Amino acid sequence: MDKFLQIPIVQWIEYRLPIFSFMNESIVVYPTPRNLNYWWNFGSLAGIALSLQIVTGIVLAFHYTPQADLAFASVEHIMRDVNYGWLLRYAHANGGSMFFTVVFIHLFRGMYYGSYKAPREILWMLGVVILLMMMATAFMGYVLPWGQMSYWGATVITNMFTAFPLVGDWLTTLLWGGFVVDNPTLNRFFSLHYLMPFMIVGVVVVHLWALHVHKSNNPLGIDMKGPQDSLPFHPYYTIKDMFGLGVFLLVFAWLIFFAPNLLGEADNYIPANPLVTPPHIVPEWYFLPFYAILRAIPDKLLGVVGMFGATLILFALPWLDTCKVRSARFRPFFKMAFWLFVVDVFVLGWVGKNPPEGMFILIGRIASIYYFAHFLVILPLLGKFEPTRPLPESIGTPVLKGGGEMPSGAAAAKMEKS
Amino acid sequence: MRGLMGAAAAAIVFVGFAGSVTAAEGGYPKQNWSFDGVFGSFDRAALQRGFQVYQEVCAGCHGIKYIAFRNLTEIGLSEDQVKAIAAEYEVEDGPDDEGEMFERPAILSDIIPLPFANDNAARASNNGALPPDLSLMAKARPGGPDYLHALLIGYEDEPDDVTLNEGMSYNRYFSGNQIAMPPPLDDDAVEYSDGTAATVDQMSSDVVHFMMWAAEPKLEVRKRMGIKVMLFLLVLTALLYASKRKIWARVDH
Repeated sequence: MDKFLQIPIVQWIEYRLPIFSFMNESIVVYPTPRNLNYWWNFGSLAGIALSLQIVTGIVLAFHYTPQADLAFASVEHIMRDVNYGWLLRYAHANGGSMFFTVVFIHLFRGMYYGSYKAPREILWMLGVVILLMMMATAFMGYVLPWGQMSYWGATVITNMFTAFPLVGDWLTTLLWGGFVVDNPTLNRFFSLHYLMPFMIVGVVVVHLWALHVHKSNNPLGIDMKGPQDSLPFHPYYTIKDMFGLGVFLLVFAWLIFFAPNLLGEADNYIPANPLVTPPHIVPEWYFLPFYAILRAIPDKLLGVVGMFGATLILFALPWLDTCKVRSARFRPFFKMAFWLFVVDVFVLGWVGKNPPEGMFILIGRIASIYYFAHFLVILPLLGKFEPTRPLPESIGTPVLKGGGEMPSGAAAAKMEKS
Repeated sequence: MRGLMGAAAAAIVFVGFAGSVTAAEGGYPKQNWSFDGVFGSFDRAALQRGFQVYQEVCAGCHGIKYIAFRNLTEIGLSEDQVKAIAAEYEVEDGPDDEGEMFERPAILSDIIPLPFANDNAARASNNGALPPDLSLMAKARPGGPDYLHALLIGYEDEPDDVTLNEGMSYNRYFSGNQIAMPPPLDDDAVEYSDGTAATVDQMSSDVVHFMMWAAEPKLEVRKRMGIKVMLFLLVLTALLYASKRKIWARVDH
C-alpha cells in the first residue's frame, strides 16, 4: 500500500479524495475478529445477491413491458426470443429466493451470537429496515409477470391495508391507483420495484458504516481487545468470502439450470384473470411464516398487526434481551430457546403453505403465540434469571493456546504473545 | 470446517424447505420423460408426433399462441418442411396500399393461427367453456407433464353416485372430476407416418412432450449450459477452498 501511494497519479487523487486510504482501511487492513466462523459469510453473500438482482433486473427491464395487457406476453418474449433471456429471468426469479435465504441465515446468526447487543443496536435496526424493504420489493416484483398468482397475491396483500382504521381505504386506493388491482397498480409497482433496490443499497451503505465503527461481532461475543484478537480483512476474509461465494453460486446455479420453477407457483404461468380466483392463493415461500401469523388471528386488523408486528418486533430485540452476554455459547438456556424459535418459524412456514383448515388452524395459533412469546416472555425472563457460563478473557486466548505464530500483515509487528 | 458444513446444511435446509412447501401433490402416475434430469433432452420423433396430434386433434379448439412456424425447426423439421406446413394456413394481413385487409398463406414468422377470433367465440363453440391456450400448459398446472398425461388418459364412465352436468365428461384426475373437454383421443385418432401405434397412451405422451417443448423451448440449451457452469464452479470453488486453507495456514485460528 505504501508503495502504491507513491505513484504520482495516486498521490494526486489521494490528496484531493483520500479514496485509496479509505479502501485500505475498510477492506484491506480492516481489523476483523480472527475467530469468525462460516456463519459470518452470509453478510457479504447478501450484498452479492443484491448486486446480482440489480444487474439482472436492469437488463430484464430493457425487455419487459409494464402494461396489464402486455406484461405477461413480454415475459414470454424474454423467455423465448431475447438472447439468454431465459437465463436472466430464471436468475432474477431464483435470485430473490437466494437473497432471502442468505438474509434469513444472516439474521438468525445475528440472533444466535447476540450481534444486536450494545453497541450494535443501530447496526441491527438498519438490518431490519433492509429486510422490510426487501419484502416490499420482492412482493412488488412478484406482481410484474402479471400471472394469476401475481394478480391474486397483489389483491390479497393490498386488501390487508383496508383493515387499518381511518386511513385504510385511502391507503389502499393509493396503492392500487384506482379501486381494484389493475394497470395503474402494475405501473406503480414496476416503478417502485425499480426504485427500492437502490434505496436498499443506500441503507446497506449505512449498515456497513455502522458495522465499521465497532467492527464485527464474533462467535465468542466478546470485544476485540487488541491486535492479537484480529486479522486484517485481506487476505484472510476476502479469500474466505470468495470460497463462500463459490458454494453460494453452486446452489444458485443448480436452481437456475436444473430446477428453475421449483420455488414458483404453476398458477403464475396462467395470465392474470380478475374473474377466476385460484383455489389456493399462497405467497412466495419467504413470506409463508408471516402469512401463517396473519391467518392465525381471527380478526382482520389484529391479523395484519400481528403479521407486521412479527417483523417490527425485531427492532425492539436489543432491549427485549437484557442479558449482557452476547453469544449463545455461554447461555445454555438461550441456546435452547433459540433453536426452539427456529423450529417455530419453520412450523409457521409449513402452516402458511397449507390451507387454513383442521389441525393447521390450531398448530398455526400455537406457533404464532410462541413466536411472540419468544420475544416478549422468554427473552426478558432469561435476561433476568439465566445463569451464564464464564466468558474467556479474550478472543486470542482460546485461539492462540500457548502462543501461536504471528499473523502476517501490519498488525503482526506490534502483537504480543498471549 | 464444521462451521462450513453447518452453514451449507442451513442453506440446503432453507432451499429444501422452500422446495418442499412448493412441490405439488401427486395422485397421478409418474411418467419417464426424456427431458427429465440433468442430461435430459427432447425426443425429436416424439415432438413431431406430438405436433401432429396437436395439429389434427387439439388445434380445433386450443391455440398455442407463443409458437410461431419458425419455432418448428427446433422440433427437427427442415425449413422447407415448415414452410410447406405454414403455406397450408391462410392468415389475415394488411392493410395493403388501398387500406384493405387481405388473406395470404402463412410464412415462417407467423404464429400458428388461433382456432377462434376471441374468447367469446371460443366459448360460444364450446358449450360456454373456454379452451385454454396450450403454449404454457406444461408449466401452468401442478404436476406439469405427468398431470397432463394423466388427464388425457383419465376419462372414464362416471361412477353410479355421480350425475354429470350437461355436456361434461368424467375424468378421474381432473379437479372435481367433471371436465368440459370431451375425451379428445381415441385409438388411431391420428395415423403416425413413422409406424408408431397410435394408442391413447402413446398420443397422450407425444402431445404432452410437444407441450413441454412449447412451454420450455430453451430446456436443452439450459441444461447443457448448466452442466458446464456446475463443472466450472466446482473446480473454481475447490481452488478457492485450497487457497483459503493455504492462506489461513499462516495463522492459528
